[in-house]
Amino acid sequence: MNAIFEPGPLGFLRRYEGLQPRLPGARTPWVQALRDKAAEAIRANGFPTRKIEAWHYTDLALLARTGFAEALTPVDEDVVLPEAVAPSRAVLIDGRFRADLTNAPVRSLGADLSAAEGLLGSVARVDDVPMAALNTMLFEDGVLINVPAEQNAGAIELLSIIQAEGDRPVAVHPRHVIRLGAGAQLVLIERAIGRGEGRYLHNPVIEIELAEGAHLTHARIQQEGAEGIFLSTVFARAAAGATYDSFLLHAGAKLSRSEAYVSLDGPKAMAHLNGAQLLSDGQHGDCTTFLDHAAPDCASRQTVKTVLAGKSRGVFQGKIHVHQIAQRTDGYQMNQALLLSPEAEIDSKPQLEIYADDVKCSHGATVGELDEDQLFYLRARGIPAATARSMLIEAFLQEAVDTVEDETARNALATAVAGWWEKVA
Amino acid sequence: MPAVTETIDAVQSVTEGAYKYGFETDIEMEFAPKGLNEDIVRFISAKKNEPQWLLDWRLKAYAMWLKMEEPRWPAVKYPPIDYQDSYYYAAPVKKAGPKSLDEVDPELLKTYAKLGIPLKEQALLAGVEGAELDGERLPVAVDAVFDSVSVATTFRARLEKEGIIFCSISEAVQKHPELVRQYLGSVVPQGDNFFAALNSAVFTDGSFVYIPKGVRCPMELSTYFRINAKSTGQFERTLIIAEAGSHVSYLEGCTAPMRDENQLHAAVVELVAMDDATIKYSTVQNWYPGDAEGKGGIYNFVTKRGACRGARSKISWTQVETGSAITWKYPSCILQGDDSVGEFYSVAITNNYQQADTGTKMFHIGKNTKSTIVSKGISAGRGQNTYRGLVKISPKASGARNFTQCDSLLIGDQCGAHTVPYIENRCISAKVEHEATTSRIAEDQLFYCRQRGLSQEDAVGLIVNGFCREVLKELPMEFAVEAQKLLQISLEGSVG
Repeated sequence: MNAIFEPGPLGFLRRYEGLQPRLPGARTPWVQALRDKAAEAIRANGFPTRKIEAWHYTDLALLARTGFAEALTPVDEDVVLPEAVAPSRAVLIDGRFRADLTNAPVRSLGADLSAAEGLLGSVARVDDVPMAALNTMLFEDGVLINVPAEQNAGAIELLSIIQAEGDRPVAVHPRHVIRLGAGAQLVLIERAIGRGEGRYLHNPVIEIELAEGAHLTHARIQQEGAEGIFLSTVFARAAAGATYDSFLLHAGAKLSRSEAYVSLDGPKAMAHLNGAQLLSDGQHGDCTTFLDHAAPDCASRQTVKTVLAGKSRGVFQGKIHVHQIAQRTDGYQMNQALLLSPEAEIDSKPQLEIYADDVKCSHGATVGELDEDQLFYLRARGIPAATARSMLIEAFLQEAVDTVEDETARNALATAVAGWWEKVA
Repeated sequence: MPAVTETIDAVQSVTEGAYKYGFETDIEMEFAPKGLNEDIVRFISAKKNEPQWLLDWRLKAYAMWLKMEEPRWPAVKYPPIDYQDSYYYAAPVKKAGPKSLDEVDPELLKTYAKLGIPLKEQALLAGVEGAELDGERLPVAVDAVFDSVSVATTFRARLEKEGIIFCSISEAVQKHPELVRQYLGSVVPQGDNFFAALNSAVFTDGSFVYIPKGVRCPMELSTYFRINAKSTGQFERTLIIAEAGSHVSYLEGCTAPMRDENQLHAAVVELVAMDDATIKYSTVQNWYPGDAEGKGGIYNFVTKRGACRGARSKISWTQVETGSAITWKYPSCILQGDDSVGEFYSVAITNNYQQADTGTKMFHIGKNTKSTIVSKGISAGRGQNTYRGLVKISPKASGARNFTQCDSLLIGDQCGAHTVPYIENRCISAKVEHEATTSRIAEDQLFYCRQRGLSQEDAVGLIVNGFCREVLKELPMEFAVEAQKLLQISLEGSVG
């Protein structure tokens, strides 16, 4: 069955109908219930259009008009892997977990779903998150990382490579489940790399559950291929005193949108939702976050920077929702965009929704080109214009990357940023 | 205004046959039948003796409205409005003028007194025969809208000397049709949004201002709007045109007596500023907000927009929104002319069950256009206050500059404060900055005031006034004093 399915939600639904008996968990009622509910959401809502407020700035027409097929990669195909960025790593090729390439203490979700019972689907939502519904309906593989209480699992790289050759667009929907027990620690560096010039859809969903006092550093590096469509969703829930420290980097893909739904459920939980988008000609990048302050005394920090070159379009949407119970919330959100080209466009929508009175919340946004005064300052000291520009842009991005405390994650991000800038400059 | 009286009488005799059950002339009001259909639109147009083009314009708007959906995106909740359960035309019936204020309906006088209208002006507004004003002494010209029909216009002579036209829009339709036809709907087209379409179909009155080239309007122009009759919707239409090099400051004050039923208000305000012209539009809105349980109150769904058509023109909106059960309002500026300037200063208070979704839109089209947005939202009781604003910069608006500051203050833990700014930039040399903060009144600030002998309520009033100072200082003097009082009154009962 190598047919290309018809474009749009109908094609995906048809694929689900055909694939259903062979999908992992086909005979497990709780898995089947999750998939059916997701399929129902897709059937009812289809793909979002720009008329839906949350999708006003990102058009999924490219996704909706492409017919996708299944990936046909042999399970033991030799793949040259990029240099590792962490001591241990887990590898997925075209959406399939590769035990032979993996040395990290993780399990394949596709091989054994029973270990994920009670976790899978417990944090994710499908009814109002269309891409998560698509993933839930069709996921075939992914990893399960379960760090026991009080254990420090060090740094793990989660590498997902898509090989998109020729004109046969593939769609893959990896699903990852991460759970940290009380006081556990993990640094997860997620890399999405596209190879080849073809079009494809990479639609990962990550569910994260952090028990009391757990600490997760989550660096996400998206370096998809030039025609790739990257639509990813993170759902994270932090219990009392837990920290979710994340950084999202969009540096590739034709169309990318990453959504993060983070809920601070216990007192004194903390979230960092930082990120950078590096967009060049023909790219569309969208960083959308929803942060729920659902318990008192929590704090959140968010700095997202976008650099736009060529005819590119950047989107930032960040919503902080402070529930009535969440007294003494401390929330900060900053969104900055730097335009390098007269054809670039930035759309920014920071948003505060606050129902508690004893809070300290602020957000800021700035949009502009390189500061003339700063350029002048450097040039007056004999630095050539091009170098001066480079220095300022690098400094702008460095500031974002510097928010990441963990050194391994920070280095991986800095390398990716430098790689992008070398290509553009 | 004899012209209007005659018009009404004439049309009444023509149309009485068709609407014989429709006139409720019980006390002082005259109604069109309840409900909305093409005949009502025709009725209003005929009542106002309008030319054919305006009737066609209204009918086109009505046809558009029928196909439109009520917006659901604002962060406000209210039961569905039955547009057929409202009166779309209500006018005070003209009688022979009273001989003195003693003969004027005391209820009417009470309303005026509450609004603080000076006695002499009251006499004039109530149509007392022989009442005259010495134009030099009073600095404010008033065009009062009592329900739908503009009751009186003062200072006409003084303004006419400068060539300024300040009259009701119905009168402008009769006397200056060419101006009205040229500009009506040129900033807010009929199909702009649901409520603007409704207004375009059934607007009954409003103010018209025309400032000729190079004229600096010698006084503040002011309109007191209010809604008085039970179950009447208010559909004012205001049009202000400032020709090249002119300057005008316009004040709009709104009050409404207490009513139980929810009332709909869907006004449209259009401003046009040519080269080097300046329009300053200030609003103090304190319509009935509903009672402490959230019963009643005005639904205020207003479209206000100004076009800076000329180079170096400037439009400045200042609003103090303390009233209404629901406010849905985004005074906007279209900055077309190079170097034009748009400003928006706003204070919005929601107490008890009030809901406000308000902000502004700044469209930067011309080169070196600048806009400033300062919004102060205060939530108390169970109020919900949303700032929603758009700054849009087109690719050609090189050198455009925007600065936005939104601050929210929360009083009590049952209310909400929300900020939804949209920034859309397609111009590399533009600079956009946005800042927003949300906080509550700090205990130490309160303690400091209380220690110096201020009551809790006075202390809150003082702190709130300080919080709003940047906006209040933009108001003309007469309004600034009233606005400060209003802030305090609006927050009554919110501090325990």
